[in-house]
Amino acid sequence: MHFDRNEEQQLLAESLRRWLAGNYGFEQRRAILGSEAGASDTAWSTFAEMGLTALPMPAEAEGFGAGAADLIDVMEAFGEALVVEPYLSTLVAARLVERAGSDAQRTELLPRVASGEARMALAHDEAGQRHGAARIATRATRGADGYTLEGTKRVVMHAPLVDHVVVSARVSGEPGQADGIALFLVAKDAAGVTASPYRSFDDQPAADLRFSGTPAQPLGDTAERAGAGFAALDEALDYGCALACAEAVGAIKYANEATLEYIKTRKQFGVPIGSFQVLQHRAVDMLIEWELARSMAMLACTRIDAAARGTVSADERRRAVSAAKVRISEAARKVSQEAVQLHGGMGLAEELKISHTFRRLTALMLAWGDADHHLARFTGLS
Amino acid sequence: MNLELSPEELAFRDEVRGWLRGALAPALRDKVVNFEKLSKEELMGWNRTLAERGWAAPEWPTEWGGTDWSVVQRFIFEEECAFAGTPPLVPFGLKMCAPVLIRFGTQHQKERFLPRIYRGDDFWCQGYSEPGSGSDLASLKTRAERRGDKYVVNGQKIWTTLAHYADWIFCLVRTDVTVEKKQEGISFLLIDMKTPGITVRPLPLLDGEPEVNEVFFDNVEVPVENLVHEEGKGWTVAKFLLGHERLGTGRIGGSKRELAQLKEIAARLPGDDGRPLSQDRRFADRVARLEIDLQALEITNLRFLDAMRGGKPIGAEANILKIKGTEIQQMLTELMMSAYGPLALPKHAPGAGDGLDEAFAARLAGRYGNYRKTSIYGGSNEIQRNILAKVALGL
Repeated sequence: MHFDRNEEQQLLAESLRRWLAGNYGFEQRRAILGSEAGASDTAWSTFAEMGLTALPMPAEAEGFGAGAADLIDVMEAFGEALVVEPYLSTLVAARLVERAGSDAQRTELLPRVASGEARMALAHDEAGQRHGAARIATRATRGADGYTLEGTKRVVMHAPLVDHVVVSARVSGEPGQADGIALFLVAKDAAGVTASPYRSFDDQPAADLRFSGTPAQPLGDTAERAGAGFAALDEALDYGCALACAEAVGAIKYANEATLEYIKTRKQFGVPIGSFQVLQHRAVDMLIEWELARSMAMLACTRIDAAARGTVSADERRRAVSAAKVRISEAARKVSQEAVQLHGGMGLAEELKISHTFRRLTALMLAWGDADHHLARFTGLS
Repeated sequence: MNLELSPEELAFRDEVRGWLRGALAPALRDKVVNFEKLSKEELMGWNRTLAERGWAAPEWPTEWGGTDWSVVQRFIFEEECAFAGTPPLVPFGLKMCAPVLIRFGTQHQKERFLPRIYRGDDFWCQGYSEPGSGSDLASLKTRAERRGDKYVVNGQKIWTTLAHYADWIFCLVRTDVTVEKKQEGISFLLIDMKTPGITVRPLPLLDGEPEVNEVFFDNVEVPVENLVHEEGKGWTVAKFLLGHERLGTGRIGGSKRELAQLKEIAARLPGDDGRPLSQDRRFADRVARLEIDLQALEITNLRFLDAMRGGKPIGAEANILKIKGTEIQQMLTELMMSAYGPLALPKHAPGAGDGLDEAFAARLAGRYGNYRKTSIYGGSNEIQRNILAKVALGL
């Protein structure tokens, strides 16, 4: 495992952080949240110009073929700045196109993702599944003109912002069975798609998507080859989870820095409250959480890449990702709660970034499988 | 030691229960148990319902409307109300300002304010915290200068809960800046919120709901007859109030109701494997631990009550109830949110699904965030531990 970031990664992360500091500061972000779209086209095109969208795309799609580990700095920077743009959503959906799609689908979509022209999302979660990935009930039926979808996908992150969604749906079997799950590409403006948009608790644009006789294109051969769809989905969810872990590490870093600054400057009883040993120890525990979280995000991303190269097994990848998500969900919980508590009432005020960071960390606890889910998965793989 | 209720106490409990069944409108109860925001009218309406029954302020002296109940009966009453899902009684008038007036107020002040507080005619709020004075409340700076028969008040309060509804505010203000000890020179003033010079600015919390405010005073003239107790003795009043009614801060009845609700939700929602979430070992264990903690708190509370039944005053141990009670309330909000998993993420009900449950789920993450306040307000849990360390442990 290499812990040193190479020069290119460092330069990219530095210029990204610089841009975010100047253009995605707290007040600027509030203006973005207040806009109708709830996201920024300027930010997105800047990310594309910086090469962030091309970075993880394959070379044949004008990309740089970067792995998850190469994206850690980017995700941390996004976490610190609480970026609401559909970067991770696009990457996860594009990964499914890359790994499960046909040559034609790859050629059609991935260069457009690399250039920043196409934004994508994964429509997977449903009401009946909680965190169980194989429990989906949405159906795909083959007719004379190809496949159509029936079902409702809940909390599709960034759906209002994207052109295409990758949808997990069942060609056979019952909720709980992995083998009947296939992946489909659906244009957001396709017939029979009803979107109910809203914002998430942490201000990300999201929507529920209802499919009714919606024409859908199977990704590659996932509709014909039993198990192929779920294997690709499982891998992409791990990829997304590992990158979300890196994002959480960035948000934790901000929470810790803001809290440290606050307890050093906030005076009560004539002294900075950071002079009280009981608060010092709690700040130290937050630091420990961050260090451990960082290590586990690195491990998860590294294992994602190693498994993609075939140098470790899929189970090793799963174990590392679940271990990381357990640790990081717990770190996110503890740090977000302590950051608010140490800020006192100010920690809850909408007008301070720390309360937004609390919400983002809470959402990251719940998304991509919570600690209980990954603990069970880890135990099952031991 | 007697941890069981006596037959008389049980009969009293049944009487309260029976009355609540008729008095609490199902629609109002549903709003409470579904965590919907209550309007000023709904909050004060419940106050009036209790006033009509003569149960709005059991702990007051009977001459002002109190019930002469024992501490155990008062506890039973509060817990039964919370368990039934009544709106909370806004504490600022009934449980904070009124006890102060009863203890320190003039006859005129009592006659002027107590009946109106009892009936819920006036909505009160509490002007304590300031931007620079939270845990260190005695460092407060809001200034009240005596000019003839008036005080002129200048300064700012913060975190003033429901000030946007309030008709009156009771405030700690500094009337003497020359004193050496910061606890001296503080006075307790009653201020009509309609007085010119008062500005209320909402301070949205992370769930986006209007709840707390900043209150600004710009040359606000307050008649001296609105001073409670002596000038400069406000800290005595504040300390009395802090020590008052710490029983009940555990909010055990409300937590019991929410625990039952959590179990009902877990039995209905799917877990990760499709079986009910209540059969998920990890989740079930988290609920069980919470239930055990709540039981421990309830018995501890009963033990304290039993001591009081024997006439022993309760000491700083009551602060334990605040610490554990708020931790349990917070964990309840967390488990309810996590029961719904990713479905708890929407801020608003998308309206595409199954109605009420979706709207309910969309309130849970906000509520989880909002409830972080419980370990901050009313003397943060750190301050509660400081008091315990000093008073209970002699450290």
